[in-house]
Amino acid sequence: MPKTETYNDHVVRLFLLAAAVWGIVGMFIGVLAAAQLAWPALNFDVSWLTFSRIRANHTFGVIFAFGGSALMGTCYYVVQRTGHTRLAFGKLAMFTFWGWQLALFLAMATMPFGITQSKEYAEPEWFIDLLVAVVWVAFGTVFFATLARRRIRHIYVANWYYSAFIIAVGLLHIVNNLAVPVSLLKSYPIYSGVVDAMVQWWYGHNAVAFFLTAGFLGMMYYFVPRQAQQPLWSYRFSIVNFWALISVYMWAGSHHLLYSALPDWVQSVGMAFSLILLMPSFGSAANGLLTFNGSWHKLRTDPAVKFMVLALVFYGASTFEGSMMAIKSVNSLTHYTDWTVAHVHSGAIGWVAMITIGSLYAMAPRALGRPAMHSIGAMDLHFRLHLSGLLLYIFAMWAAGATEGLMWRATSADGSLKYSFIASLIAIKPYYIVRLLGGVLVLSGMVVMAWNLWHTAADARANLIKPIPVPIPEPEPHQVPSPLPALG
Amino acid sequence: MALNHQHLEKIEKHAGLLGVLIAVMVSLGGLAEITPLFVKAHTVEPAPGIKPYGALRLAGKDIYVREGCYQCHSQMIRTLRFETQRYGAYSVANESVYDRPFQWGSKRTGPDLARIGGKYSDDWQRQHLLRPRSLMPDSNMPNYPWLELAKLDIADIQARMRTLRFLGDPYTDADIAAAPAQLQGKYEIDALIAYLQGLGVDNVPATTSDLPAVPGDKPGAPAPQPNDFESKRNLR
Repeated sequence: MPKTETYNDHVVRLFLLAAAVWGIVGMFIGVLAAAQLAWPALNFDVSWLTFSRIRANHTFGVIFAFGGSALMGTCYYVVQRTGHTRLAFGKLAMFTFWGWQLALFLAMATMPFGITQSKEYAEPEWFIDLLVAVVWVAFGTVFFATLARRRIRHIYVANWYYSAFIIAVGLLHIVNNLAVPVSLLKSYPIYSGVVDAMVQWWYGHNAVAFFLTAGFLGMMYYFVPRQAQQPLWSYRFSIVNFWALISVYMWAGSHHLLYSALPDWVQSVGMAFSLILLMPSFGSAANGLLTFNGSWHKLRTDPAVKFMVLALVFYGASTFEGSMMAIKSVNSLTHYTDWTVAHVHSGAIGWVAMITIGSLYAMAPRALGRPAMHSIGAMDLHFRLHLSGLLLYIFAMWAAGATEGLMWRATSADGSLKYSFIASLIAIKPYYIVRLLGGVLVLSGMVVMAWNLWHTAADARANLIKPIPVPIPEPEPHQVPSPLPALG
Repeated sequence: MALNHQHLEKIEKHAGLLGVLIAVMVSLGGLAEITPLFVKAHTVEPAPGIKPYGALRLAGKDIYVREGCYQCHSQMIRTLRFETQRYGAYSVANESVYDRPFQWGSKRTGPDLARIGGKYSDDWQRQHLLRPRSLMPDSNMPNYPWLELAKLDIADIQARMRTLRFLGDPYTDADIAAAPAQLQGKYEIDALIAYLQGLGVDNVPATTSDLPAVPGDKPGAPAPQPNDFESKRNLR
C-alpha cells in the first residue's frame, strides 16, 4: 500500500450531481401529476403524458433516482471517512454510478410507454430489474470491501445502517421482482392474488424501511454529529434502536392491507408490529435531535442544520402518524384517501428530502474543495421555500384525506350512504390546487439548490481539486478495546 | 451486562458478522408472514367453475396494467359496512387468484372497480374511457383516446397464455389455439371493456355475489364465509 492515500471523491461528486439533476426531474414530474389531478385537461390526450402512466415516473424519480443517487454518494463518502481508508475497487465504484444511472434512465424512459409490472415502487420490467440487481451487488461489494480495509477497527453506526440498507434492499428487490418474461417488454410475476399482494407490500413497506429510513438514518448518523460538531448523544441508544428498527420493520408490511382479503392474523400481526415500531423510530429521532445539545445556536446561522433538525422532527412526526394509521380503526378512515399521500409526503419531503439536502449542503463543500457553499443566502431561501411548500402540501392533503374518509362513510338517518363518490372528489378539488402550489415551492427550492451547487462546483469543473489525503493512524502495538463501563 | 457489551463490541468490529446478523434479523418478519401464505396459496383456489381469463379479457387486463388504472382505482372492497353498501359484497381471496400481478390498488382517486362488471353498458364504458368528462363533468379522469385507435396485438397472446400456464393457470391447448381468433379485428378498448365487464362477475361464483342465483342452485344452501380460509377449504 502506498504511504499516501487519498479519498476517492470523484465518484461522490458524480452522485451529487446526479442527485441534484434527478431531484429536479422527479419533482417536476410530481408537479405535473399534481396539476393533472386538479385540471385533467393537462394530460393533453397524450398517452405518455397521462397521469396514470407518469405517476410512477414521479415516485421512481424521487425515491430511486434522487434518493438513491444521494444515498450511494453519501455512502461512499461516509464509509471512507469513518474508516480512514480509500474506497475499494475504484473501477467497480464507477460502474455502480453509470450502471445505476443507466437503470434509472431505462426505467424513466419505459414507464410512460406502459412498460410496467404495475407493482408500486417496483414498476420497471424484468430486464431493468436484472440490471438493478447487478448494480446493487456491485454496490454492496464496493461498500463491504471498503469496510473490510478500514483502519478504524470499530465500525461506526452510520455504516451499520448503510449495511442494513444494502442487504435488505437487495433481498426485497429480488424476492418481489421474481417474474417469468413473456417477451422483452412484458412479464408475469410468479405470485398471484393475495400472495402477490403480501409480497408486494412486504416489499413496498420495507422499501420505506430500508431505502427511505435505514439508508437516510445512515446519512443522519454521520452528518448530524459532523454538522453539530458534537458527539452522538448516545452510542448505546443507537445500538438498541438499530437492532429493534431493522427487525421490527419487516413485520409491519401487512398494515397496507387492513380489512382486505388478506388473512386476519397477518393483518393483526402487521398492526401490532407497526405500533412497536414507534419506539425505535422515536429513539433514532431523539438520538439525532439530542446530538444538537450544545449546538442549538447553529440553527440561527447554518441552514444545513435547519434542514437536519426539521428532518428529524418530521421523521418523528411521520413515523408517529404511520403507526397511528396502522391501527385498524384509524386505517378504515384513512386508507385509499389522500391522507396516505399526506403521510408519504410528510416522510418524503419532510424527512427524506430534508436530511438529504442538509447532508448534501454539509458534504458538498468538502467534496468540492471549498470552505463553504457558494451562497448561504440561497441555502436559507431554499429552506424557506422547502418548508413552506411542505406545510402547504401536507395540510392540503390531510384536509383532503379527512374529507374523503368522512364523506365515504357518512350515512343518512335511514342508513343509506349520504354522498356519491364524485361528491367527495368535488369537495377536495380546492385542496388539489393548494397541494400543487406546495409542490411548486418545493421544486423551486431544488432549482435554487442546483444553482448553488453549480457555483460551489466551480473548482471541480475546472479540475482544480486536489484529492484529500487519508489520515493514516499510527500503528498501535495492541489495539485492544477498553471494555465499556458496566451498568451500575 | 458487561458480557453483553463484549458481544456487541465483537459485532461492531467484524463487518462479516454484522452483515450476517443483519441478514438474519431482516429475514424473520418476511419469513413468518409470507411463508404461511405461500403454503396456504395452494389451498386458495378459485371457486368451482371459475376459469382463468379468456383471451380477450386477458388482453384487457394487460391493458389495464399498462395504463396504470390501479393508481386511482382499487379492486378490493374492504370488510366495512360503508364499503359493501357502496360497492357490493366485500372482496375475498379467491377472486384474485388469476391476477398476476394483483390489482388491489392503494388509492382511490376514482371508485373501487372490484364489482363494476355489468353496472354500466358497454357503450357507456366506451364513451367513459374515451372522454370521461362527457359523462361525468366533474371527474378528473384523463381521456384515453388512443384505446380505440390501436388493434390488439395478436402475435403475443399465445406466448402470454403459455407463460401463465407455466406459472400454474389452467389453460388448455384448445384455449391457447383459439386465442388469436378471439382477438381478431378487435381494438384495445374492446378488450378493456370486456375485462371491466367481467370484474365481480366472471371471477365470482353466483352464490357469493349479489347476482341472481344460477338456476338449479339450492336457495337453502349455507352461505359461504368468504373471508375464512378454513371454511373455504371445507366447501370444496
